[in-house]
Amino acid sequence: MAGSSVSVDLSQAMATAPVAAGDWLVVAPSLITILGGSLCLMLRKNTDLQPKVGIGFLGLLVLANLALLIRVLDHGVITMVMGSWLPPFGIAFTVDTLGAMLSLIGSVVAFCAGVFGAATIDNTGRRYGFYPFLLLLMTGVCGAFLTGDIFNLYVWFEVLLISSYGLLVLGNDRIQLDGAVKYGVLNLVGTNLFLIGTGMLYGIFGTLNMADLAQKVAALEDPASGTLATVAALYFLAFAMKAAAFPVNFWLPASYHTPNVVVSAVFAGLLTKVGVYALIRVFVLILPASRGYLSDVISLVAIGTLLTGALGALAQSEVRRLLGYLVIAGIGSMLAGLAVGSTLAISGAIFYAVHSIIVMTALYMAAGVMEMMGGSYDLRKLGGLYQKSAAFAAVFLALAFAVSGLPPFSGFWPKVMLVDAAFSDGRVWLGTAILVSGFLTTLAMGRIWIFAFWRGGPEGTPDGQTAPVTAGTAVSEAQLSGGAVWLPLGILTALVIYFGLQPEWMLELSTQGASGLVEPLGYLRSVFGVQG
Amino acid sequence: METGVVILIGLFFTVAVYLMLSQQLVRMLLGIAILGNAVNMLIFTNGRLIREVPPLIPENLYSPDVVTANPLPQALVLTAIVISFSFFAFLLVLAFRAYQELGTDGVNEMRLAEPEDDQTPPQGY
Amino acid sequence: MRTIIFRTIAPFLTALMVLFSVFVLLRGHNEPGGGFIGGLIAASALAIFGIACGVASVRRALYFHPMSVSAFGLFLGALAGMLSFFKAQAFMTSQWLIFDLFGVEIALSTPLVFDIGVYLVVVGAIGSIALALEEREID
Repeated sequence: MAGSSVSVDLSQAMATAPVAAGDWLVVAPSLITILGGSLCLMLRKNTDLQPKVGIGFLGLLVLANLALLIRVLDHGVITMVMGSWLPPFGIAFTVDTLGAMLSLIGSVVAFCAGVFGAATIDNTGRRYGFYPFLLLLMTGVCGAFLTGDIFNLYVWFEVLLISSYGLLVLGNDRIQLDGAVKYGVLNLVGTNLFLIGTGMLYGIFGTLNMADLAQKVAALEDPASGTLATVAALYFLAFAMKAAAFPVNFWLPASYHTPNVVVSAVFAGLLTKVGVYALIRVFVLILPASRGYLSDVISLVAIGTLLTGALGALAQSEVRRLLGYLVIAGIGSMLAGLAVGSTLAISGAIFYAVHSIIVMTALYMAAGVMEMMGGSYDLRKLGGLYQKSAAFAAVFLALAFAVSGLPPFSGFWPKVMLVDAAFSDGRVWLGTAILVSGFLTTLAMGRIWIFAFWRGGPEGTPDGQTAPVTAGTAVSEAQLSGGAVWLPLGILTALVIYFGLQPEWMLELSTQGASGLVEPLGYLRSVFGVQG
Repeated sequence: METGVVILIGLFFTVAVYLMLSQQLVRMLLGIAILGNAVNMLIFTNGRLIREVPPLIPENLYSPDVVTANPLPQALVLTAIVISFSFFAFLLVLAFRAYQELGTDGVNEMRLAEPEDDQTPPQGY
Repeated sequence: MRTIIFRTIAPFLTALMVLFSVFVLLRGHNEPGGGFIGGLIAASALAIFGIACGVASVRRALYFHPMSVSAFGLFLGALAGMLSFFKAQAFMTSQWLIFDLFGVEIALSTPLVFDIGVYLVVVGAIGSIALALEEREID
C-alpha cells in the first residue's frame, strides 16, 4: 500500500470528509474504559492508587456518555466508521438515542459500583483485579450499546462476558466456582447460538451492518421466509438466554448471589439488560416482520418470565437470591413490551430497562448494607435494622416500592405504559401477568421489609425488643461509617425518586429511542448518508 | 463441495449437542469446543467456498480480476476462533479448579450455590 | 521433563523462538504473520522455558508480570487508534511515516503499533495462563 506508484481512488471505499472532534464521542466510552482498564491492570499491585484511577476513569466515562447523549439529541444519529472504511464493509459505530441513553445509565451505575467497591472490596480483591475487570466490563457494555454492526455486537458480548467471568471468580471461593461454572457454560452456549444466527444472516444478505441489514430485510418480498425464521428463532433464543428469560433462566439464580455483592449489583444492573437491548435492536430495527410472527411466542415467554421471577422470589429466604429472581421478573416486563411491539410498548420497555438497571443495582447494594448491619443475608437471621438506621430503612422502602412498580417511584410509569400497551393490543393475559407479577413482587419485598427491618430482632428474639441484638463486625462498622457505601446508594435512590416524580424527561427520551427504531430513517441516513 | 461440508457441520452439531447433554463437566466443555468449531465452519461455508484463489488484488487494479475466495468470513472466523479459544482455556482452568475445590465434575453434584436442603422462607414471627 | 538435554537446549530454543516471533510480527502487514501468531509463538517459547527451567525463572526473566505486559499491549493498541484524531479522521484510520534510512525505505505506521499491542496482549494473556497451569503441576 505504501509508496505504490498507482494512484488509487479510495473515495468509494473510504470516508474522506474530515471527522468532527465531537464525533469521537462515539468511541470515547470504549476508549476511556480500555485505557483505564489497562492502566488499572498495570497498577494491580498498588492497591491504594488503583481505586482512585478506576473511579476517576469511571467518572470520565459518565461525562463522555453524557456529552454523547447531548450530541445525539442535538445532531440526531451519529455514525463513525472504524479506520475510515465505509459501511457495509467497514465496521460502523452508530449511536442513536436508545444506545446513548442506556450507555449513560450503565456508566452511572458502574461509577456507583466503583465507589461502593472502594469500601467493600478488600486488598485481595483489588489485586485480583476488581477495577480492571469492571472497566473492561464497561468496555463491552458500552460497545454493545453503541455499535452498529452485528458481528461487532458479538465481539462486545464476548468482551463483557470474559470480564464478567473475571469478576465472578474474584476471590476464588468454593461457592463462586460453583456459580461461575454454570454461568460460564450456559452463557458461552448462548453466544455460540448468537454466532450461528449471525453466520446465517451473513450467508443470506452478505452484510453484517445493522442499517444495511435493515434495508435488505425490508426489501425482501417474503420477509417471513424459512431461513430468516430460523435466524430470528436463534437470535431470540440466544438473547433470551443472555437476558435470563423464562425457559433458559436457570443460570441467573444459580450464580448471581455467589460473588461479592458489588459484583452482583453490577451484573444485575447491566448484563441481562444488554441481552434485552440486543433483542430490541434486532427485532425492532432489523427483523420487524419476524418479531410480528414471533410475537405470540415472545408473549408466552414474557408471561412465563414474569411469573417465574415473582414466584421464585417468594420462595427465597436469602436476600440476594430473592433479588436474582426479581431481576428475572423485570426482564419479563421488558419482553412484554417487545411482544406487543407498538411504539408505546417499546418505549415502555426501554424506560423499564433504565429503571431496572438503576433499581436492581441499588437493591443489591442495599442487600450488601443489610449484611454489614445485620451480619447475614438470610431473612431468618436478620432483624431490627429499622432501629439501627431509620434512614436506610426509608431508602430500602423506596427501592422496594420502585421494584414493585408502585407510585411515586420510577417503576410505576413504564409499567403503566406496558400494561396500557398490552391491553390496547388485546393481549389481556400479558397485561394481567404484568400486574400479577407486580403484586407478587410487592409481597416478596414486603416480606424482606417486615422480617429484616420491622421486627425487633432475628429469629428467636422476642418482638418489640428495643436493643438491636445483632452487632456488625468491626470491619463492617468501618465500611459503613465511610461515605463510599452511602454515596452510590444515595445517588441511585435519588434517581429512582427523581424519575418517579419527574418522568417527562425519561418518557420523551424513551419515546424518541423507540420511534427511532420503529421508523429507522434517521438511523439509515446516518450510516449511508456518508456516501451521499 | 458445500454439501459435504454442510453434512460435516451437521455431524459436528450432533456430537456437540450430545456431549453438552452429559452431566460431566469435561464432556460438556468438549461439546462446547466442538460446537465452536461447527459454528466457525458454518460461517465459513456461508461465505461460499472457493478453492485455491487467494483474495489478492493485483497492484494496478481496484478489484480482483478473477473470482477469488471471500476474505470476510476468514476474518470473522479468525475472530471467533480467537475468542472461543480463550474462552475454552478459561473454562478449562475453571473446571479444573472446580474439580479440585468441589471434588466432583458432575454438574448435578455441584450444589453449593443452590443447596438441596433449602428451607422455605419464614412465614411469620 | 527435566532431562539435561532439554534443560541445556531450552534457553537457546526460547531465544530463537522469541526472535522468530518478532520476525513474524514485523512481516505481518502484507504477508502471513502478525501480532497474534507472533504472540502465540512467543508465549509457547515462555511455556517451553517454564517446563525446562521452572516457572520461577521464567517470571524472573520476564521481570514484568504477564498480565501487566498484556495490559500494556491493550493500552498501546488503543493509543495507536487514537492518533488519527489529530488529522480529523475516524478512529483507527492508519497513519504512515515513510522515510529513507541509509537508502532503505522504512515504513512506520499505526497498524504496526497496533500489531505490537496485539502481540503483547497475546504474550501476556496466554503466557500467564500457561505459567499458571505449569505452576499447578509442580504442586
